[in-house]
Amino acid sequence: MEQNQFEVIRKDQDDVSILTIRGYLDAHTAPDFEKAIQELLENKRYKIVVDFSELDYISSAGLGVFMGFIEDVRKNGGDIKLARLNERVFKIFDLLGFPNLYEIYENLDKAMEKFQLG
Amino acid sequence: MKQLSEKYKITTPSKSANLEIIRDFVGKLARRAGFSEDHVNKIQLATDEACTNVVKHAYKNVPAGPIEVDVTLNREKFVVTVSDKGIGFDLNNLVQPNMVEYLNQYKKGGLGIHLIQTLMDEVVFKVNPFHKNSVKMVKYIHRSESADKLRQQEMIMERTKNRG
Repeated sequence: MEQNQFEVIRKDQDDVSILTIRGYLDAHTAPDFEKAIQELLENKRYKIVVDFSELDYISSAGLGVFMGFIEDVRKNGGDIKLARLNERVFKIFDLLGFPNLYEIYENLDKAMEKFQLG
Repeated sequence: MKQLSEKYKITTPSKSANLEIIRDFVGKLARRAGFSEDHVNKIQLATDEACTNVVKHAYKNVPAGPIEVDVTLNREKFVVTVSDKGIGFDLNNLVQPNMVEYLNQYKKGGLGIHLIQTLMDEVVFKVNPFHKNSVKMVKYIHRSESADKLRQQEMIMERTKNRG
């Protein structure tokens, strides 16, 4: 894949995995993000925080990746929490009502804390 | 007096790898037309969604045909038309999803057209399978900021009402 198109960086902190997504998340790059989440589920890692601080753009294909996994993740006692969305990305989530389904945090610490609180 | 329009066109093979090129193309023209960054983002996303539908549905992910993106702009409006020569679609299926149900049932996909209709001021679909299918999306250049804010407030109220 071309440089700067899309990248997922995973960092595990105890039983929580932080996925930092970088670049743009559209129909072309969504499969890479899907693969990253799929890998976590295969390793039974269901507590996931997605860090959006380096994501410039998202389309409905990107949003679809979240919808494809959230039910399974929650059935297994975990969650996908979203952190550090920029205004452009947040507006799309908000337009579709996604804040009703996902917890969205301004920073990673608050998202991680929520997992610790249960 | 007839208004002069500028016309631009890009044609790419129907591949998702080309979505970025198309977004850049419409984004640059939208900025040149004087739109705020917020409206540029909306135009780019709506165009992306229309082109993604062409890639996925018109040609079923096979890069068999072209995606044509025409931009026409004048003092009044910015028009993006995405066309293809694929299988077309059933206009009766263009139903706005109930987002409350959509989220509650963890549905996936099918939000492209909903986004296009929400982001743009006017949308016109035309179907002529294997000849020319198109979606024409219009953003008015001098649409007032207050009208946009009012629409956003109405959407927030609708969502609040649906939450019950």
